[in-house]
Amino acid sequence: MWTRLSNPGHFMRWSGALLPWLAGLSAAGLALGLYLSWFVAPPDYQQGETVRIMFIHVPAAWLGVFFYGSMALSAIGTLVWRHPLADVAQRAAAPIGAAFTLICLVTGSLWGKPMWGTYWVWDARLTSMLILFLIYCGIMALWRTMEDPNRAARAVAILTLVGAINLPIIKFSVNWWSTLHQPASILRMGGSTIDSSMLYPLLTMIAAATLTGVTLHLYTMRTEILRRRVRTLTIREAERLDAGAVAVAPARVGAVPLGQAL
Amino acid sequence: MIGTIRALVARDLVLAARVGGSGALSLVFFLMIVALVPFALGPDLNLLSRIGPAILWLSAVLSTLIGLDRLFQADEEDGSLDLMTGAPVPLECVVLAKVTAHWLTTGLPLALASPLFGLLVALDGTAMAGTALTLLVGTPALTFVGAVGAALTASIRRGGLILAVLVVPLMIPTLIFGVSAAQSATAGTVPFATPLMVLAGLSLIAAVVGTAAAAAALRWSE
Repeated sequence: MWTRLSNPGHFMRWSGALLPWLAGLSAAGLALGLYLSWFVAPPDYQQGETVRIMFIHVPAAWLGVFFYGSMALSAIGTLVWRHPLADVAQRAAAPIGAAFTLICLVTGSLWGKPMWGTYWVWDARLTSMLILFLIYCGIMALWRTMEDPNRAARAVAILTLVGAINLPIIKFSVNWWSTLHQPASILRMGGSTIDSSMLYPLLTMIAAATLTGVTLHLYTMRTEILRRRVRTLTIREAERLDAGAVAVAPARVGAVPLGQAL
Repeated sequence: MIGTIRALVARDLVLAARVGGSGALSLVFFLMIVALVPFALGPDLNLLSRIGPAILWLSAVLSTLIGLDRLFQADEEDGSLDLMTGAPVPLECVVLAKVTAHWLTTGLPLALASPLFGLLVALDGTAMAGTALTLLVGTPALTFVGAVGAALTASIRRGGLILAVLVVPLMIPTLIFGVSAAQSATAGTVPFATPLMVLAGLSLIAAVVGTAAAAAALRWSE
C-alpha cells in the first residue's frame, strides 16, 4: 500500500482529496487552541499575561525539531531508495521547519524582554535553536545553488544526515558551554511543573500546530511536484523547438502523459 | 592501498608547495586575523591575554575555511577527480588522503605557529602550550567537517560562500571545546584533560563521518 500511496501520481490524487479536510480540521484546531490559550487558561501568578506567548512558542519549537526529523527520514529515503517523493518531501519541509524555528526564536525573545529584561541571552536552549535555524538556512541555500533537482536532492540529503548526526553533539556542547559561561541565575524554569489549566490548552495548541504543519507540508509537496512537472515540460518544449528549427519536428514528443513527466 | 594514500598525500603536498598552491597562505591569513583583533578591541594586554585562546581558535576556524573550497574543486575541474574515482581504491581512501594533506598544510602549521602568535596577544607559557595542544588535537575536526562541505560544493562554480554557510554551524562544537580546553589550561574549574578528551573525540567522530559523507557526496554528484 505504501508503494502505491507514494507514487507521485497517486500522491497528487489522494493528497488533493485529503487537503481541504486537513486544512479545515487544522483551522478548527488552531481556533480552539487559541481560544483556550487566550481566554480560558489563567494568567500565570508570576509571569502574568506574558505566559500566553508560551502557547505559540512551545508548538513552534516542537515543529522546528519535528520537521528536521522528517527531513532526516526523507534524506534516508532519497539516499537508500532514491524515491522521488522523498526528495520532494525533504525540499518542502525545509522552509516550513525554518519558519517555525524562526517563530520560536522571535516569540522567545519577545517573551524574554519583559521576563529577563533583554531580547536575547546566550542560554543553551536559545543558542541550540539559533544553530538549528542556521543549519536550515544552509540547507535551503544549497538547494538554491544547484539547478538539477536530482543532484541537489542527493547533496542536500547528505548534508541533512550529517547535520542530524551533529545536532545532538551541538546540543551537548552548547549545554557544556552555557554552564561554563553562565551561572544559572537567569533561568529558574526546570523545577516547576505546568498546572493542568495550562497544560491542556498547550497540548491542544501542539496538536493543532502539528496538524497545520503537516497540512502546509502536503501543500508545499504538491506545489513542488507541479513545479517539477512544469520544469520537465519546459525542457521538452525547448527540445521540441530546438529540433523543429533543424528539421521537421516529430509530432509525438509532447504526447507523454503528465504523470510520467515527474 | 597505503601506497595510493601515500602517493596522493605526497601529490597534494607538492601541489600546495608549488606556485598557485595555498600552503603558506592560510598561515599568513591566520596571522592577519590575530593582528586585526587588537585594532578592534584596543591594545589592553590584560584583556587580550584573557581572550587570547578564543582569538587564536576563531582565527583557526576562519583560516581553515580559506583553502577548503579548492580541496576537491581543483581536481574536479582538471579531471583528476574522475581518475581518482575510477582508481581501484575506495573513494573514502582518496578523501582521507586529500583531507590529511590539507590538514598537513593548514591545521598543523597553525598549531605549530600558534605559540609564536600567542606572543602577540600576551599569552603566558602555560596558556600558549595549552592552546597549541588544543589546536593540534582540534583542527582535524575542523578540516574533516569542512571536507563534507567541500565535497558537496565541488561542482558549484562559486562555492566558497555557500561552503562557509554550510560548515560553520557544524564547527561550533569543536570551537566550544577547543576554547574551553585552552582556557582551562590556565584557569577555570574543570581539569584540562576533560575538554581535551572531548575535543579528541570530536576529531575522531568528524574523521569517520566526514570521510564517509564527503565520499558519498563525491560519488553521487555525477
